Amino acid sequence: MNHQDTPGDDRRGFLKCMAWAGTGALWTVSGGLASSISLDQAAARPPASHAPAKGFSFVQLSDSHVGFAKPANPDAAATYREAVAKVIAMPMKPDFIIHTGDITQLSKDQEFDDADQIVRAAGLTVFHVPGEHDMLDEGAGQAYLARYGKGSKGAGWHSFDHHGVHFVALVNVVNLKPGGMGSLGPEQLAWLEKDLAGRSSSTPIVVFAHMPLWTVYADWGWGTDDAAQALTHLKRFGSVTVLNGHIHQITRKVEGNIAFHTARSTAFPQPVGGQGPSPGPLKVPTEQLHSMLGVTTASFVRGTEPIALVDSTLTA
Amino acid sequence: MFEHTLRAGALAFVMTASAVGVVALASMPASAAAPAASGPTVKIDNFVFGPAALTVTPGTTVTWINQDDIPHTVVAGDKSFKSKVLDTDERFSFTFTRPGEYDYFCSLHPHMVGKVIVKAG
Repeated sequence: MNHQDTPGDDRRGFLKCMAWAGTGALWTVSGGLASSISLDQAAARPPASHAPAKGFSFVQLSDSHVGFAKPANPDAAATYREAVAKVIAMPMKPDFIIHTGDITQLSKDQEFDDADQIVRAAGLTVFHVPGEHDMLDEGAGQAYLARYGKGSKGAGWHSFDHHGVHFVALVNVVNLKPGGMGSLGPEQLAWLEKDLAGRSSSTPIVVFAHMPLWTVYADWGWGTDDAAQALTHLKRFGSVTVLNGHIHQITRKVEGNIAFHTARSTAFPQPVGGQGPSPGPLKVPTEQLHSMLGVTTASFVRGTEPIALVDSTLTA
Repeated sequence: MFEHTLRAGALAFVMTASAVGVVALASMPASAAAPAASGPTVKIDNFVFGPAALTVTPGTTVTWINQDDIPHTVVAGDKSFKSKVLDTDERFSFTFTRPGEYDYFCSLHPHMVGKVIVKAG
């Protein structure tokens, strides 16, 4: 992602500092419509557009894979630590962090411990959903739920409200079917319908889950089999923003009032769907790695502007 | 260049086993003591089971080997067998005693599917 390097300009400095991590996007929610903007677009706007007076911002981190230690990243904990350091350095403090799963590589206690310790440095509440890598303990997800599942249902789904925005955390990495993709399952879909029922259609909704809730690339399982049923419940809302991880790269799509976005990983990149032998780690030269990792920052502004997302890489 | 712990761990195990002998081997947990495959193997490479379909006779032990940098599992569609998670270079073996067709998949990446066909030779 290109960005201008102009020392002495606070706003540019702010953007530059966010230009580090793969899993970075600036989300601005305003006027009930969600939209994402590129770093260049953000730089071209007046400061007020991404410095909400009455709104708020939050950060999306994803696919930290703490415990991963193979090409192209021998130390995923270190790059996760860099990502969190970027969050800490943000001049506008985000209200909280959303982690869209694959916290760990193998669901080991030590990996969860290390990940928790790293993100704790930000001093922010972290909302989680599990990735498939977080469900690998003998109890098939019990280790994850023991740490992050308080107040959640089923395999860890939950919802919360923040300054008028309704956030829904969905789990689409359990009970997967042979030959299929991600799956929400009937129990969670029924819960979602109830969770949304009775809410005003003008309520801005942010949905987050690990695997994409639209089909990015079916041959690699990059989608969710029963996502369409979830979207049926979301259609009536004026502003829906869907945040996912799993594919370790930024993809975007807008369908009606629903804006879809996948974040970069803080650990390793993956190839574009179908453009490689498999969805395994993309082994890039060391000097390129940081430009392919990142974070997403989301800003919600009350007024006429839509949600703004800025993805920034881990490049210093 | 990237010597990961699993490979190092496996190596240490082999050395221990050969030094202490068969008794040590017998005392190892079943998963760690997966023997060098004498029967047919299915390699997991680039998120693909190879061969995708394998035909064996009853009593054959099939061994899956994960050669990816990403963990996988081997799970029968009818749940008749199920591996723990296999990290890089880890193996899972299962002995097929009854004739039939056994469809299996990776429960983490369910687009990965394979089949073992068991029939008398």
